[in-house]
Amino acid sequence: MATERFEEIVEDFEFIDEWEDRYRYVIDLGKKMAEMDEAHKIAETKVHGCASQVWIMPDLSGGVIRFTGDSDAMIVRGLIAVLHALYDGLPYSDALKVDALKEMGRLGLDQHLSAQRSNGLRAMIERLRLIAEKQVG
Amino acid sequence: MYSVNEIRKDFPILARQVNGKPLVYLDNGASSQKPQAVIDAVTKGYAEEYANVHRGLHFLSNLATDKYEAVRGTIKRFLNAPSEEEVLFTTGSTHGLNLVSYGWGVENLKAGDEILLSVMEHHANIVPWHFLRERYGVVLKWVEPASDGSLSAESVIDAISDKTKLIAITHMSNVLGTVVDVKTICQEARTRGIATCIDGSQATVHMPVDVADIGCDFYAITGHKLYGPSASGAIFIRKERMDEMRPFMGGGDMIADVTRDAVSYNVPPHKFEAGTPGIVQMIGFGVALDYMMGLGMKNIAAHEAKLKAYADEKLSGLNWLNIQGNAAGKGAIFSFTMAGGAHPHDISTIVDQKGIAVRAGHHCAQPLMQHLGVSATCRASFGLYNTVEEVDKLVEALELCHELFG
Repeated sequence: MATERFEEIVEDFEFIDEWEDRYRYVIDLGKKMAEMDEAHKIAETKVHGCASQVWIMPDLSGGVIRFTGDSDAMIVRGLIAVLHALYDGLPYSDALKVDALKEMGRLGLDQHLSAQRSNGLRAMIERLRLIAEKQVG
Repeated sequence: MYSVNEIRKDFPILARQVNGKPLVYLDNGASSQKPQAVIDAVTKGYAEEYANVHRGLHFLSNLATDKYEAVRGTIKRFLNAPSEEEVLFTTGSTHGLNLVSYGWGVENLKAGDEILLSVMEHHANIVPWHFLRERYGVVLKWVEPASDGSLSAESVIDAISDKTKLIAITHMSNVLGTVVDVKTICQEARTRGIATCIDGSQATVHMPVDVADIGCDFYAITGHKLYGPSASGAIFIRKERMDEMRPFMGGGDMIADVTRDAVSYNVPPHKFEAGTPGIVQMIGFGVALDYMMGLGMKNIAAHEAKLKAYADEKLSGLNWLNIQGNAAGKGAIFSFTMAGGAHPHDISTIVDQKGIAVRAGHHCAQPLMQHLGVSATCRASFGLYNTVEEVDKLVEALELCHELFG
């Protein structure tokens, strides 16, 4: 149930042995991700439950899930980029079927990242699910 | 001086690995690790010597009471308090400072009275005073540290007005490591009849403290930072100030008599110690203080001064690291941010992969963060068991961060 872009990331990760390089990869994804409009960094888009500041802004103009996101922490911004690859462009009903924590676990980052409550990965996934749920009705 | 490699063996957790690397524990400012003697005391307290204190007349109750009450003498020695009666047991500085707010502040302060405090206080030495502002109209007046993080006694004394009734100030900043000359402040305050409440949560961990010499009215300490169990602590309260207080928690142990129409209280310090306390925690706390005094507080201070000087030299070589505060005589606490956009959480995540524990966040000192113009910092805080090799590991991990995030 994952997008092609996410599968590419998983494949890339299979060739990365060192944890430093996996972080480097995630950080680079964050750096390359489209900038979020500063005007969209408001209370409604802020995701609570993260130790750093996180915003997720949905674009509801199409029939599929689209969003931009940002964080003031570079690793978290990278995680948003990975979630973007995992979700962006999926029909809302498909987005609800994604087991995001399990998919993120395939990156072998799970013991480092998803286990840490402070980085807010769960809170970000929950926000994306809520966005999709609202549209499905 | 003690051999740091020898005493590290007293702390079993220091032998463990984190993320496949030997643990480098540099989060002592938040809480410190426990020596085996403390762990044994807690175990023995429950396994062999446990009953409620001050209550029964049976063997175990007497034994537990003796062990528990003996800690008052240990804390008296540790702080050089004039008497054991001036040592109140608490669950930590937060409890102690709230006790001053509710027990002394509510009774002795009124609308318009001023409390003088520094912007580098921990929230535990801010929020209890905000309660008095919110409920009774007490006014909070703030003193700012200089750009190097120092806070001179003169700047505090200069801020005193004829409405100042209490000076609440830290002895050592948990973020900047700045040591404040509280003795000069307290002595001036005393000549003007102003009460002084010192947050000793950090200072007592790193250097000898003598409350009789300082001349303060209140001095709060926290067991879990002093290599003791969590939820243990104490506050020194000068006898005259204790006489001005009313208990703010009621319950068992703190009463003399209770009838339907009236209550009379136990003698101090028990008057202020309601309910069954952390019996075993306090016994463990006593053992922790004995452990520190056994090493020698001057020796601990000297060891940490050596670590601080070494870390100063190494960290100052990293020109992309912004260290907050370099006041003369500061302790081995380093708060920093990194040029290039790495968030303190980014840094702590990466150094954690190297087995290094640091704190990232606002360190319960948001007014100081606002003053410094940062939302958060990373903090490496050293303790009596840290080594210069651990400084090198931190520097190496920070260099990796710089490479990853720069």
